Amino acid sequence: MRTSERPASGEPVIEVRGVHTRFGSAVVHEGVDITVYPQEIFALVGGSGTGKSTLLREAILLQPVASGSIRVFGEEVVGMGDEEALPLRRRWGVMFERGALFSALTVTGNVTMVLQEHTELSEKLIDEIAAVKIALTGLPADAGPKYPSELSGGMRKRASLARALALDPELLFLDEPTAGLDPLSATGIDELIRSLRDSLGLTIMMVTHDLDLLWRAADRVAVLGNGRIVGVGTMTELSRSDDPLVRQYFYGPRGRAASEQAWKQKSIS
Amino acid sequence: MTADTMAQATIEAGRAPATGVVEMRCAGPWTVRGIAQLEQRLEGLSWPPGRELVIDGSAMSALDTSGAWLLHRTVRSLEKQGRSVRMQGLRPEFASLLQLITSREVAAQGPVVAAPSMLAKVGEEAWSIVLGTMGYLSFVGETFTVLFHSLLQPSRIRWRPILHNMQIAGVEALPITGLLSFLMGIVIAYQGADQLQRFGANVFIADLVGLAMLRELSPLLTAIIIAGRSGSAYTAQIGTMKVTEEIDALRTIGVVPQELLVLPKMLALIIVMPLLTVYTDVTGVLGGMIMAQSKLDVSFKVFLDRLDEAISLSSYVTGVSKAPVFAMIVALVGCYRGFQVTGSAESVGQQTTLSVVQSIFLVIVTDAMFSVVFNILDL
Repeated sequence: MRTSERPASGEPVIEVRGVHTRFGSAVVHEGVDITVYPQEIFALVGGSGTGKSTLLREAILLQPVASGSIRVFGEEVVGMGDEEALPLRRRWGVMFERGALFSALTVTGNVTMVLQEHTELSEKLIDEIAAVKIALTGLPADAGPKYPSELSGGMRKRASLARALALDPELLFLDEPTAGLDPLSATGIDELIRSLRDSLGLTIMMVTHDLDLLWRAADRVAVLGNGRIVGVGTMTELSRSDDPLVRQYFYGPRGRAASEQAWKQKSIS
Repeated sequence: MTADTMAQATIEAGRAPATGVVEMRCAGPWTVRGIAQLEQRLEGLSWPPGRELVIDGSAMSALDTSGAWLLHRTVRSLEKQGRSVRMQGLRPEFASLLQLITSREVAAQGPVVAAPSMLAKVGEEAWSIVLGTMGYLSFVGETFTVLFHSLLQPSRIRWRPILHNMQIAGVEALPITGLLSFLMGIVIAYQGADQLQRFGANVFIADLVGLAMLRELSPLLTAIIIAGRSGSAYTAQIGTMKVTEEIDALRTIGVVPQELLVLPKMLALIIVMPLLTVYTDVTGVLGGMIMAQSKLDVSFKVFLDRLDEAISLSSYVTGVSKAPVFAMIVALVGCYRGFQVTGSAESVGQQTTLSVVQSIFLVIVTDAMFSVVFNILDL
């Protein structure tokens, strides 16, 4: 596996420093720090309600932060207006947990819509580029003219990924990329995420619960717990961590099965 | 815009100094934002003659999938013309990206669907109307079957949702229905005042306003407002539940969706609509009365005395008796359209529009039929 050997270097793509978040009286984050480096697959994990998705939504300007700093591509996004955010938003793609495909448009329409909005290319070239993106995510060519309601869960995720890739972003945010998928489709998504990073040089930040995906795809993983980051590192490093929250997360019965699986695969290859 | 100010990708013809082979030099960012002008340039570019062509990518500063696709497409069309194209100087990561795009090439053209002929369109449209009518009738049938079962076991009637719907569709509609029928009463009295004054028949303003409001306008107006207010809400609610598979969930836990979603709405409207009609009768006549006093000097007392003589019980009852029928139409069309929603958010919008249009249409058609029937019955 080449993933764990990839060095964490270069100017950070995402820098989260001391982020605090509150929903009414409930405190979600109490000083979260993370750093994501270029061309890295960075995963954010943690139990339900620890604010993983919230942190992701804060980074993509969908949710305000109480205090702290989030820098994406070196620019402070906390308190940024929509106007200023536009150039940044073109540089990242987001795949939502439930796809969030526009239900009135076909899969191709979902991708071309983004291109039409942001480029001055001809209709023909836009259609061709959309077909390339759809093919890149591993969808069959006949999926293009279909509507989201006609797709299976796995196909919908891929279509959503194709839309996220429409403007060739440098940074990809994935919210639960494998949630709700059967093991076979989920494995397909693992491989897709890795191959996209390798071939397109993307930086990927994802939120996930899927331990298999963590072992197979993530370069570094941060564990959220009690409002802060309780551990960061490769999966191998984290699996040796002494922190009770980290151990609880990775050494539940499911965690152990996934790590055994990963070891087996390593020894085979 | 940033797209205009950003560096643009270029392609220039040149001749390699050593070999003399024609060379096309690509430069700049071949990215989705850099290729906008390049695309048009490539269309009109006159390629230098010669069977062999070298594309030099050493000056390319960036390449993404869109740029790679454009490059690939250009190379492919050149090869189709019978040229042999060689790439050189491409950075390894760009070369591997180009390789990836080449390997994933698919037919971009979606299946071309020929526009159907006029005759086919008419046929399809007619058929969909037939299917829609059949669907509506079977929905009405199903609902009444469910209603029948509920009436056999009155304990199964869900009073709580019925009361809730009465609150929303009835009580909360009081201000708007009252205001509109009040204004309607004013308008009728105002229009009638001139005519009646000419004949010195001022007092007959009570006949005009009373009959028009009680027999026709008040039930019709109420039904139209309720169709726009509650019928559309029913469609949107049931339609959204259909999209989120809540209707399917209800079926799997053994609840007939009609029993939970349609019956309470229909029963609530059947109860509430006649009450609203009586209420709008009052506010409408009140509007007419105020107008009569200010424009025709017909005092409230005179007006009410005349009203008593002019309006027979049958006029009042025919008006109110239409209301439950209108209620049924509005509730059933609204719910039926909700169940017709398929998959998308757009479909919810379409069906909601259809729901309002069709229920108002059916209400007016039914009202016309009522007029004919009452005329025959001499009511």
